[in-house]
Parts: sequence; C-alpha cells; structure tokens
Amino acid sequence: MDALDLARWQFGVTTVYHFLFVPLTIGLGVFVAGLQTAWYRTGKEHYLTLTKFFGKLFLINFAMGVVTGIVQEFQFGMNWSEYSIFVGDVFGAPLALEALLAFFLESTFLGLWIFGWDKLPKKLHLATIWAAVIGSNLSAYFILAANAWMKHPVGYEVVDGKARMTDLWAVLTNSTALAQVPHVVAGSFVVAGGFVLAVAGYRILRERDATGLIPRRRDFGDVTVPMRREAGMWRSALRGALVMTAVAGAIVALTGDMSGQLLHTQQPMKLAAAEGLRHDTAGAPFSPVPGIEVPNMLSLLAAHDPNATVQGIDDIQQRLVAQFGPGDYVPNLPIVYLSFRVMIVFGMATVGLAFLGLFLTRGRGRRARPVPTWFARLCVLALPLPIAAIISGWLLSEIGRQPWTVQGELLTAASVSPGVSLTEVAISLGLFTLVYGVLAVAEAVLLIRHVKAGPDEPMPAVVPDETERRVPTLMY
Amino acid sequence: MTTFWFIVIAFLWTGYFVLEGFDFGVGALMPVLARGEAERRQVLRTIGPVWDGNEVWLITAIGAMFAAFPAWYAGFLSQFYLAAVMVVLGLIVRGVGLEWRGKVRARETPLVDAAIVTGSVLPAFLWGAIFGNVLFGSAFATVMGGLLSLGLALVHGAVFVALKTRGPVRARARETAWVAGVVLVPVVAFALWRMDAWPAYAAMAAYAAGVALVWAGREAWAFGCTAVTIALTTAATFLALHPEPLPGLTVESAASAPYTLTVLTWIGLIALPGVIAYQAWTYWVFRKRLTAPEVLLESRNA
Repeated sequence: MDALDLARWQFGVTTVYHFLFVPLTIGLGVFVAGLQTAWYRTGKEHYLTLTKFFGKLFLINFAMGVVTGIVQEFQFGMNWSEYSIFVGDVFGAPLALEALLAFFLESTFLGLWIFGWDKLPKKLHLATIWAAVIGSNLSAYFILAANAWMKHPVGYEVVDGKARMTDLWAVLTNSTALAQVPHVVAGSFVVAGGFVLAVAGYRILRERDATGLIPRRRDFGDVTVPMRREAGMWRSALRGALVMTAVAGAIVALTGDMSGQLLHTQQPMKLAAAEGLRHDTAGAPFSPVPGIEVPNMLSLLAAHDPNATVQGIDDIQQRLVAQFGPGDYVPNLPIVYLSFRVMIVFGMATVGLAFLGLFLTRGRGRRARPVPTWFARLCVLALPLPIAAIISGWLLSEIGRQPWTVQGELLTAASVSPGVSLTEVAISLGLFTLVYGVLAVAEAVLLIRHVKAGPDEPMPAVVPDETERRVPTLMY
Repeated sequence: MTTFWFIVIAFLWTGYFVLEGFDFGVGALMPVLARGEAERRQVLRTIGPVWDGNEVWLITAIGAMFAAFPAWYAGFLSQFYLAAVMVVLGLIVRGVGLEWRGKVRARETPLVDAAIVTGSVLPAFLWGAIFGNVLFGSAFATVMGGLLSLGLALVHGAVFVALKTRGPVRARARETAWVAGVVLVPVVAFALWRMDAWPAYAAMAAYAAGVALVWAGREAWAFGCTAVTIALTTAATFLALHPEPLPGLTVESAASAPYTLTVLTWIGLIALPGVIAYQAWTYWVFRKRLTAPEVLLESRNA
C-alpha cells in the first residue's frame, strides 16, 4: 500500500459518494420544477403541496451534492498534482466554465427560490427554479465534457510534456461527450424517477390513497383536521415519475448503444474487459452470463455489423506494449465485467417497472385505474435498483479506463502528487470516510423522516408561542 | 495575458473573501448574537438566500486557477494538503448545517449549530493561515494570517447582521462589531503593517473607519468599509504573490498557453457581468431588514 493506492481509493470513494446525490439533484430538480409549473398553469392546490413536499426532499439532498462537489474540485490539485499540471490547460477550462456558467446560476437562483415564495411574483418565482435546474444540468454537461476528454482526448497537442488546448469547441463537442452527456443525464432522470416512485408508492400504501376516493383526516392530538388534499394526489405524482422514468430510460438505452460503439473505436480495452473477450474475434458473441453465448451479438452491438472484428484483451495488451513499452494495460477485469452487467440488468429492470406501471395505471378521469397495492410495494422495494445501476455505470467507465488517467497520454501512476505522503492521504481518507459516513446516515434519516411525515397540511390556527402572538392574524 | 489572468484570479478571490467573509462571520457569531431559537433563525436568515452563491466565488476562483495556472493550482493545494482538507471539511459541515437546520428536530439543532460554527471558524482561519504561510513562511506568520482573516470575517459578519436586522439582535451585533473591532486592532494593525504595501495601509484606514462608523450607528457605511478592508487586504496579498505565487514558481511558468487564456477571457468577459448582475439582484430582493417573528413565520410557511 502506498500513497498512490490510497489516493485512488480516496478519489473513488469521494466520487462515488458525490454521485449518490448528483443524479437526484439533476432529475428531482426538474421534477419539482415541473410540478410547480403544473401548479402555476392549473392552479390546482395538490400540485403546490407536491412541489413543496418534493422540494423539501430535493433540498435535503441538494446540500449534500453541493458540499461533496467542493471536494472534487479541490482533489485534482491536492492528490493529482502531476495530472493537473499535465491537463490543466485543457481540462481546467470546462471546470472553470462549469463554475462560471452553471454553479453561479444554480446556487444563486436556488437561494431565490427557497426564500422567494412570498417575495417574488409567482411567474418570476417559477422562473428561479427553472434557472437553478438549468444550472444543474449545464454543470453536468461541462463536467462530463471534461471527463470525456480523459477517455478520448481531442482538440489538443502535447508541448513540453503538457497538454495544450488547440480547440475548445472540439473539447466541448467531443463525440464521447455527446454520447456520455445524454446517457448520464437521462440516467439521472431514471434515478430521480425511481426515487419519486418509491416515495409515492410509500405514501399510497400509508394513506391507502390509490384512487384518492377516501376523504382524508389528520390527527393533531386533540383536534382532527380535515385535509384539503386533492383526491389521487400520489397517483398523479407516481404517474409523472413513471413517464419521466420511461422516457429517460429509452434515451439511456439509445445513448448506451452509441457509447458502446464509441468504445469499439476509442476504448477497445474497456469494451473487451466488459465482455471478458480474450482475443481479437470476428463475429464476436455476447455472453450475458458466463456459459450462455449469443453468437455475433457483440459485433452487432459494438459495430452494428454481425461480422465485425472486436479486439480482445490479450491482443490489445500486446499492441499497447509495442506502442508504449512494457507494462500492464489491463483494467481490473472482474469489476469491469460485473459492473457492466449490474448497470444493464438493474437499469433495464427500473425502466421495465416504469412501463409496467404506465400500463397498470392507464386511463384518465373516471376511467383512471387505481395503483395496485403490490405495485406500490414493488416501487418502494425497487429504490436501490437505479442507484446501483448508475453507480455501476461509473465503475465500468472509470475503472475500465485504467491504467490511464488520460487515455494513451498519461498513466494514473504518473498523475499522483509526488509531495503528498502516505500519512497525509491516510489522514484525509480517514477524515472523509468518518464525516461522509455520519452525513450519509443523517441524510437518510432526514429523508425517511420527511417522507414518513408526509406533506405539510394547512396549519390549524394554533399560536404556539409568545413571539408569534405579536404577529397580526391578518398575516395568516 | 498572464498578468491579466493573475488579476482575474485575484479579483475572484477578493469577491470570495468579501462575500463569504461575512457569511463566515455570521456563522461563527451566531451563538453570540442570538438569544433563543427565534433570534438564531433571524441571524442565519440574513445569509440564508445568499451564502451558497457566495461560495461559488471560491469554486470559480479555484476552477480559474486550474484552467489559467495549472501548476499554481496543483502546487497550492498539494503543498497545503492537510489545511485544504480541513477547509473542505469545514465547508462541508457548514453547508449541510445551514441547509438542514430548518429540517431537523429541536433537540438536534445544537449539533447543527456546532457544525455551522466550526465550519465557519475553520475555513475563515485557515485561508489566512495558508496565505500568511505562502507570503512569509514562518509559523508565526501563519498564525497571524489566520487571526487576521478570522478577525476581519468576525467584524465584517457582525456589521452585516447589524445592517440586516432589527430589534435586540441588531443592537447586540452593533456592539459586538465595534468591541471586536477595537480588540482586534493590534492583530490587524500588525499583520497589515507587516505586509508593507499601499493597499495594506489603505486597508488599515478603512478598518478604522469601519469600526468607528459602526460605533456611530452608520451600519451601511460601516459595511462598505469592512468590505473595502477585506478587498484591500486581498489585493495586498496578491500584489505580494506576484510574480511568484508559490516559492520557486513564477506566474509565467505556471500559466496555460495563450489560446486557452484568450478563449477564457472572452467567455469570462461575457458571463461575469451577468453573474454579478443577478447576484446583486438577489441582494436587492432580500434587502429588507429582518425581525425574529417574521423569520419564524416565514420558516413555518416555507
């Protein structure tokens, strides 16, 4: 174990952790903005209730995404100074643009949204949440463009041992980025969709509100307050999430196919590792699980030609040795192989769930079908699936890139900070693990608590303490 | 071009220290300025809508350093590795603390408050310590730098609370501001004198004016003066960092190639005025002074 290993662990742990929160920020933000738009356009009260309810869950999660993102931006310089010096001229630009064009938009307008409910006109207030979520999605674009450059560097030349940007446009329209951005963003919408499905499914089970035909009441101890909730509120939230997940799922599949073809030409080693293909093979088969083989399928997937030759691990290794000198150019095979399968199986299961749900709950108005109890339960149980899928996708993508940080240009081993000692990385890794662990528990507790408590109902006219009595009742 | 980008970086850090300076001060002083839950919410609400936007100045400063001066960015963060870790951890617990405070149970708020205070004090001290160490290299300078940045943040934050509130909190904040201001005179005077540059001497004057003005009850003018103090102190720091932002590293050798700098200049020139405009608008939307009952009512309706 040396500083390099620990630095890699730290980057892996903090990045995977960061990415537990990011998809929800990206997808749930748009969902909340959509709910508020529905409220703005129809004036129906239950859309406002849902906006505030999911808005609160969104904010609990948003905080974690933001603060763990700071670590990411610092970490390149802290632990990977050689990498930073080599790539900064190219890689730094999208990061600077992300902060300037996306993060400012996101955080400034989210502040306006949170505290602007009674300060801004309705329309302007609605615009603030849209500005914020546009910021979140823009940030995804910039950081993924930077990440894509590591796998498929374009628009640069190497001068005096450093990458130099020659074409920013080429970096921002990298083919790898153009396939990866919609894939990851749509994947984030699937995760957010799965999250809303689980939450709405839980509320349906708890309130027995599949159709919303039962009038609701709520106990406040000594008084029972009838709730002004629209009938079928959770069904409409569930339906919204089903549509979002199904549409996003289709985009994920489509762009996943594009990414696969790009791997074939740009990162053959990753493709071979994901399939465990040992040798260059014409008409290569695809094996979903070891033992079962679909003939010619891999060639078809990778090149859209059943007879195309797909490169194999051992042959690529030999070619890379010839090109770059002796070394091990094979990534961790079991992880890459397994994460590829987890991504596909769990991701497709989530999208399948969405299409099933759309079918089960079809119909509008008086013909609207209720949400079956078993389906609501399934939605709750399915919560981990899309999260596992998207995390596996990243493991496949980044572990499959090894041993390179910049494909064909810079090895991971040559990227690490030479001046940062094993002890220092051990301390920071320990601290991050500790703080992140505590915060993960706190976030989970907060989310569960708010989901269990349900939306805030219109408050009964109770004056709880001294300070508030001084406020004129008119303000209620 | 490299000099221009050095100024841009200095400007971004200045924006960060001026804006998050009062955020740090407000977070650190919250237990001192507020009595009881309603007042605590009132104090934190002064920065509630803006602190996250203010922090993006840091993200942008660091991102711009990465793009324009990769070797400076890499050297800066890897040489001050553990300090940077502590800064980030501080920002983490503070950020979630501020966002989660209204969403936890009453008996958990002391824990969240502890996170906010720690997360405000730690980075406020460490930034000054880091830059003090870069400039002078000694342990004494490191501590003095930390005390200077923490002290300026405290005074700046107290003045901000006085400017943004009404009622007992305002009176307490005003008193805290000028008392802390006077107590810190030796630290501020010594540290700025050691920097020995015209912006540092001007910062001294602005600081004295700020403390006097808050004592006299002119909060808006006082806030302007503490903001100028921090801006000038940052300017003096970056003046001293040029042309060698780290020992043995020159700005020229750390810089990216002209193409990257040119492209970024154009994008920055177009985008940054827009950012400043909408951030300024945020402050305009939330310009009203806050009272404790109003804040309590607002948080209930949110």
